[in-house]
Amino acid sequence: MADLKTNFAGIECPNPFWLASAPPTNCGEQVMRAFDAGWGGAVWKTIGEPIVNVTSRYSSVDWAGQRMMGLNNIELISDRPIDVNLREIAEVKKRYPGHAVIASLMVESKREAWHEIVKRAEGAGADGLELNFGCPHGMSERGMGSAVGQVPEYAQMITEWAKEAAQTPVLVKLTPNITDIRTVARAAKRAGADGLSAINTINSITGIDLDTFEPRPNVDGKSSHGGYCGPAVKPIALNMVQQVNSDFQDGPPLPMSGIGGVGTWRDAVEFMLLGCGTVQVCTAAMHFGYRIVEDMIDGLSNWMDAKSFLSVEQFRGRSLPRITEWKHLNLNYKIVAHIDEALCIGCELCHIACWDGAHQCIHVDRVSGPVDGHVEVHAKPHTYGSDTITVTRIPKLDPPKQHIGPYKTSLERIPRVDETECVGCNLCSLICPVDQCITMVERDTGLAPETWSKRTESNAECAPPQKVAT
Amino acid sequence: MLNSPRTPNLAAMFPDLHPPFDVRQATLEAHRCLNCFDAPCTGACPTHIDVPRFIKKIGSGNVTGSAHAILEANVLGASCSRVCPVEVLCEGACVMHGRGEKAIEIGRLQRFAMETYYDAGGMIPLRSRRERPERIACIGAGPASLACAAELRQHGFGVTIFDKRPLPGGLNTYGVAEYKLRSGDSLREVEMVRSLGVQFVEREIEAAAMDRLEEEFDAVFLGVGLGEMNRLQVEGSATAVVDALEFIASYKTGVLTRSPARVVVIGAGNTAIDAACAAKRLGAESSRILYRRRQEQMPAFAFEYDHALREGVTFLWETAPIGLREANGVLELECVQMAAGEDGTLRQLPDSQFSILCDLVIPAIGQSPLLAMLEQVRGVTLDRGRVWINRATGQTSNPRYFAGGDCVNGGREVVDAVADGKRAALGIAAMLGAETETRIG
Repeated sequence: MADLKTNFAGIECPNPFWLASAPPTNCGEQVMRAFDAGWGGAVWKTIGEPIVNVTSRYSSVDWAGQRMMGLNNIELISDRPIDVNLREIAEVKKRYPGHAVIASLMVESKREAWHEIVKRAEGAGADGLELNFGCPHGMSERGMGSAVGQVPEYAQMITEWAKEAAQTPVLVKLTPNITDIRTVARAAKRAGADGLSAINTINSITGIDLDTFEPRPNVDGKSSHGGYCGPAVKPIALNMVQQVNSDFQDGPPLPMSGIGGVGTWRDAVEFMLLGCGTVQVCTAAMHFGYRIVEDMIDGLSNWMDAKSFLSVEQFRGRSLPRITEWKHLNLNYKIVAHIDEALCIGCELCHIACWDGAHQCIHVDRVSGPVDGHVEVHAKPHTYGSDTITVTRIPKLDPPKQHIGPYKTSLERIPRVDETECVGCNLCSLICPVDQCITMVERDTGLAPETWSKRTESNAECAPPQKVAT
Repeated sequence: MLNSPRTPNLAAMFPDLHPPFDVRQATLEAHRCLNCFDAPCTGACPTHIDVPRFIKKIGSGNVTGSAHAILEANVLGASCSRVCPVEVLCEGACVMHGRGEKAIEIGRLQRFAMETYYDAGGMIPLRSRRERPERIACIGAGPASLACAAELRQHGFGVTIFDKRPLPGGLNTYGVAEYKLRSGDSLREVEMVRSLGVQFVEREIEAAAMDRLEEEFDAVFLGVGLGEMNRLQVEGSATAVVDALEFIASYKTGVLTRSPARVVVIGAGNTAIDAACAAKRLGAESSRILYRRRQEQMPAFAFEYDHALREGVTFLWETAPIGLREANGVLELECVQMAAGEDGTLRQLPDSQFSILCDLVIPAIGQSPLLAMLEQVRGVTLDRGRVWINRATGQTSNPRYFAGGDCVNGGREVVDAVADGKRAALGIAAMLGAETETRIG
């Protein structure tokens, strides 16, 4: 039976699912309902000198008829007085001593200010502190948030100030709006941080109203860049988390709380396989409410049971060694596309995708036969002229339709892969609308594994051009 | 307008069989379309509408472009979206069937695009402002002639449509079940064709008048459709016998507002089903369809049969009427049980006579060709009662005459008539030396 109890950088909690510092953790009443729903921890909406917000604050990107592929916000940190937030933290900890409450903090870049807020948060009973060096909008214009997180020296200095006063674990939340996220992670390490969380939201403009020309979210006809999050950002988050979790410069990687597009237990497992000890969720909870955690816990437990993992630690980071630089990939590994004729429905999307977007190896010529020639010219789609006559079939007047044989479509609509030309790019299998219809199968090249790195070592001809001193 | 005050609740009695999509539903459905390459739905459409193209335009919010893409191939795209038997056409060819899923609702998407476009004041886009001196007469104002006339106007020819009925549109206006296509929708589409510069004249063209037409016009398109419905061949007679097309036209024009209580429809084609369902909606207690063969031989589409069952229509298979009597306003329809031999020939079963008491008999046993008129058109050859044409050009055996629609194909769908009419227009244009694009889809 899987045990989800978690100790993250010294912070104990019943499971690794935390609510990220955001609207779902704005007040004590919310956090307590979240704990009742099953969340293992909550990072409080960032506490600092209260701000004034604008309306509206959020906007989103819909995709293919589905709501909220990505969410953007221009909301600032908590608009509630510091002492109200801290009083509620104390109340939550009194009622839920076993759950993790992490105070997210952001104050002006003064040593005394940081010392004071750290002490007050810990005095209220916070189990840990998260330094918000990531907020990309508004606060950054006032020298806080990502303005700190984009300059390793500032991040290091403020982390050091926090550590000077802190008794509880200090986590540094990283901004993705930076060329190399590792530089700030290293700064946090040098400053003695106990853990990291990543990623914060990504600078974005979600869209513009084509009738009014106003960008979204609309604030009296204008807008500002906001922080992007939700399912759309997960791949970016996974990459950044992996970069940080594989980085040994300035010390071994710190415990990482993964953030960015986590909406299901599957997303969580992916972050954990890349080394995260907990995950933080916001957009999915804003979309569907706290109740989503039930399936996150249930799904993770069932998956762990099926894989015989007793704890997250048994698989955490397991995929990290499998992410490497390109030059270490095996050049002699070959796969090709295979179309299962029995499953093909004849949409021919693989054909046009391969022809226009890849390597011109998927043909629609099973009936017509291959087209010869040095350069095969792609057949255009049907043109319907006056001599292509189709009529409505009427049972009484027309012979029954030709049977299409053992397939789901007529043979002439089932594409064929020319394996000699297939580069194994995956594109057709990615766009095929039928599960398992196009699979990539391995073809033995008869060659021993060889990477670019090895090849250039042993064969000078393949080496990249060297700079010649002039 | 047709929906006169005499039938204030026609719309209530005949609500849309397939309710229209709203924007969100249409967008979702449009996104469900896989956007097949060289799509089979396009091949299955007699007018070869580029289906994925117009659907993806709905998905992108470009409804104007979507309607234009439809109209480019099929000028009656609005009515076809409502009356086409899509189950056996575009939607029948949809690859989704292969995935075990519901076909993309192409008909409803097309209707969404066309109605949104027309409701916003959209018109059929004029491809060219060039005028040509030649003039063409189209006989009959049904879908074949409308499509032919519209395409000819796009090439700059002068076109006049002649029809004996007061309202143009042919069966689209007078003969389609109201829950599929309202007469008002048909007439709106006619107005779109008129706006291209097509002249409409209410006049019956007798064969004798053809000589004059030939003097006045450079070519003639025969889109006359079929003639009277076949009469019931039974012993005796009665007054309460109304053929299916007349019955349908009567309620659509407001002449008939209620159905008698007990209705019997003879025949099991699609028109029979339209009439039988209409009788139910107009208040008939019972609406029965008599068919002399078995269900498997029924000429109606399977989905029409299913629909009739849902409307409460009942079917009597292998039953043929042989006599009709009328007493005190009640009809007694004498029937006999039939059986088919190995070769399909029918015979009456001995001692199987029975009577059905009813208040109205609706024969729906096909339309006869307009032989009297067509046989007198000089040089136009008929083949088994249908006008013979070159299928690619619509040209008859008299080079100045072209034809299309039911008078050529014996009675198919609106979309077949539209395809015929457009092909004939291209054939006429080519004959008259206009440069034409042969692509019709």
